[in-house]
Amino acid sequence: MKEDINPPVRNIEEEYHINIGPQHPSTHGVLRLVASLKGETVTSLKPHCGYIHRGIEKMCEKDTYPQVIHLTDRMDYLSAHINNHVVCLLVEKALEVDVPERVQYIRTIMDELTRIASHQLWWGCFGMDMGGQTCLLYGMRDREKILDAFEESCGSRLLHSYYTPGGLMKDIHPNFQKKVKDFIKYFRKKIHDYDCILTGNVIMQERTKGVGILTKEEAIDYGVTGPTGRASGFSCDVRKRYPYGVYDRVGFKEILGTKGDTFERYMMRMLEMRESMNIIEQLIDNIPAGDYTAKMKAVLKLPAGEYYQRVESARGELGVYVVSDGNKSPYRMKFRSPNFSNLSALDHICRGFKIADLIAISGSLDFVIPDIDR
Amino acid sequence: MDNATLKERISGLVPDAEYQESKQFLTFIIPLDKMHGLALKLKQEADLAFDYLFCLTAVDRNDFFEVVYHLESTTLKHQLELKVRTADRDHVAVDTVCDVWGTAEFHEREAYDLMGITFNNHPDLRRIFLDESWKGHPLRKDYVDEVNIIEL
Repeated sequence: MKEDINPPVRNIEEEYHINIGPQHPSTHGVLRLVASLKGETVTSLKPHCGYIHRGIEKMCEKDTYPQVIHLTDRMDYLSAHINNHVVCLLVEKALEVDVPERVQYIRTIMDELTRIASHQLWWGCFGMDMGGQTCLLYGMRDREKILDAFEESCGSRLLHSYYTPGGLMKDIHPNFQKKVKDFIKYFRKKIHDYDCILTGNVIMQERTKGVGILTKEEAIDYGVTGPTGRASGFSCDVRKRYPYGVYDRVGFKEILGTKGDTFERYMMRMLEMRESMNIIEQLIDNIPAGDYTAKMKAVLKLPAGEYYQRVESARGELGVYVVSDGNKSPYRMKFRSPNFSNLSALDHICRGFKIADLIAISGSLDFVIPDIDR
Repeated sequence: MDNATLKERISGLVPDAEYQESKQFLTFIIPLDKMHGLALKLKQEADLAFDYLFCLTAVDRNDFFEVVYHLESTTLKHQLELKVRTADRDHVAVDTVCDVWGTAEFHEREAYDLMGITFNNHPDLRRIFLDESWKGHPLRKDYVDEVNIIEL
């Protein structure tokens, strides 16, 4: 009998699966993506989450409202101030508390600084995903200046828990205004460097333009918000639609894109950092004098009922839904996290693109995994 | 569309929808079997155009479960809150709306995982956060877990 000496040839048309994560640098945390491939083309993508699920919503049911604020820091740790803000606004709305002007100014400035710091880190990581190690170092270096300003006023660099229902934990440090102004002066020059290093880079543009397109209709359908949604032309900025803090008193543009590809999502964040600096510049010299907190009762009990509050976090629309039965802790608390909805669109965005594009696409969606899992 | 007109419009579409007094949103309790039909109309009809489902969640009300839908129209700028109640704690099947709003797919999986609501016709109803071998649904009020939940 004649032996078959030819080795079996693997059929390249055959579909196969690749496991990305949970420990993989490009997923920016413990997210597992199972990609089905035909050759190099992604045919479908299944995200598996839950690796960092801590049951924050269940924990909230045991905690009082001021305690809940400390848990919200740990969801989207890159926009900790903004996460605090959403719970504070909800409690203040339910209790009909008037927050001092000073607090509203400081909160708005802090929110915008958070947004810049978050986008800086994103820019660094995105650059690194595209193969440019320098970006991460630059992003980290400049973010440090904001964290220093936070540290002086809040006593903490990452998980601040600086806002309390009715006000702030403590007044801002006397150096705060100077530090912020110095930072803006410094960063206006540095953001130009960012553009020189990455935005204008031919390799980066080739890898992102026309890649991972999400149309406006799809963005709305999947509830994709934040810079990702705005890149598709979905006008979803909560700061404009339902203003809180002093956003209704400052002039700023809502940056909107048209193409909805990876490069557009990149540009949204680059332009948003500049817009955030404009907002801070309008406010930083005009912080009114006054108390740093309203007079609040020692025990906060929300009247029975249901409440919903939304804010614009660095990643999109963050909502919190509370059912209160009149006790000091919520009966049910649900966080509508922006990343969770954005993740649901990832499968749809990636289909038909190459596996290498997946890294660029998921980088441009700017995932923070603890916010997905909660 | 203002809330008064919207209220009449919804009552016209589902006559047995129960209006609920609420401070923030226009709220309706929709009968279990009417929800999917209403969802399709809410999205498709030009004067309603509810294209953005910004939150979907479930609440344990002790005698029954409540699925809460928060809707918004990105073009007409009106908002609506809908609630669907299950008959009791054992019959927890609700029709899916993920064929109407894509974002519902993940939110319904979350509601299934943590609250134990099953969604009819959902394309991929699996646990999303917890392991497949996990017993029970942690956000239910009668959930007991002596190992993982520390009572203070």
